[in-house]
Amino acid sequence: MSIRTPLGRVRGLGSAKEGVQHWWMQRLTALALVPLSLWFIFTMVAHAGYDHGQIVGWLGHPSNAVLLILLLAATFHHAQLGLQVVIEDYVHGEGAKLAGIIIVKFLAVLLATGAIVGILRLALGS
Amino acid sequence: MTVRNRPLSPHLQIYRWQLTSVMSILHRATGIALALGALLLVWWIAAAVRGPEAFAGVQGFIGSLLGRVLLFGWTWALFYHLLNGIRHLCWDAGWGFSLADTYRSGWLVATGSVVLTLVAWIVGYAVLGAW
Repeated sequence: MSIRTPLGRVRGLGSAKEGVQHWWMQRLTALALVPLSLWFIFTMVAHAGYDHGQIVGWLGHPSNAVLLILLLAATFHHAQLGLQVVIEDYVHGEGAKLAGIIIVKFLAVLLATGAIVGILRLALGS
Repeated sequence: MTVRNRPLSPHLQIYRWQLTSVMSILHRATGIALALGALLLVWWIAAAVRGPEAFAGVQGFIGSLLGRVLLFGWTWALFYHLLNGIRHLCWDAGWGFSLADTYRSGWLVATGSVVLTLVAWIVGYAVLGAW
């Protein structure tokens, strides 16, 4: 066992060069979600009570489909980054922590992909 | 090393809450709630893909009392997380760090989230022709 302090062992090695990636993606998706969320709330309120035909017709406009797809992609990316930090903060067992993070990340990709394929099917009418 | 039996901080029963820390906790709580709310959005889209009957089922759930209570909660959570998120982005840019500013922006976010939620629901009911 080395008697060097943890700080002494890493000093001078430089950074891993990717420590800021999580922080940056969380801000980038947050910034994207400001207009997307406002658009989403406005849309949901304006089209409250729409039936199936009206929603499909609404998604037939490419701009609506594009914005909804972007909203879902940004939301799930942002959500899994945030939930990862929550798990890292509160789950202390290494195994459970890793399992939780993997489940959250896989679920986020699965749900976002499923929803986007669904939107495309409705938008393209197949 | 001597282990002293000092009280751990914060001692919740006698802790004097501050707006800033409560808002920080609420930001995380609303974030978790919104991640769950995203499941409703996916379910809503999946039902639309399956067809008019499945879609009517989801719309029926959303229109029920439980559905409306959940949706009202999610509306507030979204406005809160959105406004407080902008507050966080301002801090990231280096703005509004003084104690007075954090309280001012905090009250602005808290009040704004409630006002915007009420406005969205009043307009929503107007769209539905409820009044």
